[in-house]
Amino acid sequence: MAISFDSALGIHEDALLVRARRAEVLANNIANADTPGFKARDIDFEAVLRGELRGEQDRFSMAPAQTRAGHSDELIAPDFAAELMFRTPSQPSVDGNTVEVQQEMARYSDNAIRFQGSFTMLNSKFKGLMNAVKGE
Amino acid sequence: MSLSNVFGIAGSAMNAQSIRLNTTSSNLANAESVSSSEGETFRARKPVFTVQAPNEDDYAGMDTALVPGQGVSVSGIVESEAPLRMAYEPSHPMADDDGYVYYPNVNVVEEMADMISASRSFQINAEIMNTAKQMLQSTLTLGQ
Repeated sequence: MAISFDSALGIHEDALLVRARRAEVLANNIANADTPGFKARDIDFEAVLRGELRGEQDRFSMAPAQTRAGHSDELIAPDFAAELMFRTPSQPSVDGNTVEVQQEMARYSDNAIRFQGSFTMLNSKFKGLMNAVKGE
Repeated sequence: MSLSNVFGIAGSAMNAQSIRLNTTSSNLANAESVSSSEGETFRARKPVFTVQAPNEDDYAGMDTALVPGQGVSVSGIVESEAPLRMAYEPSHPMADDDGYVYYPNVNVVEEMADMISASRSFQINAEIMNTAKQMLQSTLTLGQ
């Protein structure tokens, strides 16, 4: 029986992509913390995840409809920036900037830890595959 | 790879904040540079930050309104419009015919607050870069 990398690695491979992308969006928020009129944005990870599982919608009743032609079925669509949302600030500033640096920093760190989590899972899957290949 | 974009984003922010620190230090250094006419007097300079638009090639075919920016850029340096401070100092060598000298419109308190804000923002972005570096380094150890 052939080993399929797609089914062996599971969701973590794609989760790493989304985490890296979210790191980019959050870093951009923090970089623009002093830019007048800048609106902070974020990726809704769960929404992307539901889109990601669309290929298995028989098992997941919450799978959404395909709204953009570019969305693929099983991989995370590279244009999931469609899910980029705007943040509602708790303390809006006078110049129209909605970045709250402490919160963005917290989300960025949280995102980095979850990236490490997915990475660890992926790494152990590879170790398992290596064991299977060696047959030791 | 979007993680390497984080370096560019944080780098652009550190660059912008260091320009802000430079204007602040120039303003503070010239806070007492008097002159004898309104036109020659130094005026406080402030950088203008704008969102850096994303590189078209990286997001080909995507709706640009949905793409995050690629950091921050300094679109220009403007001079403050605040009125100059006139002082009656007839014994001053730079005094004009009526005995007045003109002081720059630098607000020292505002500049100090700006300096602290810029240095904190710089630190935060250095931290962002550090975290992104750790994330990238860990991906290099995949399968080891």
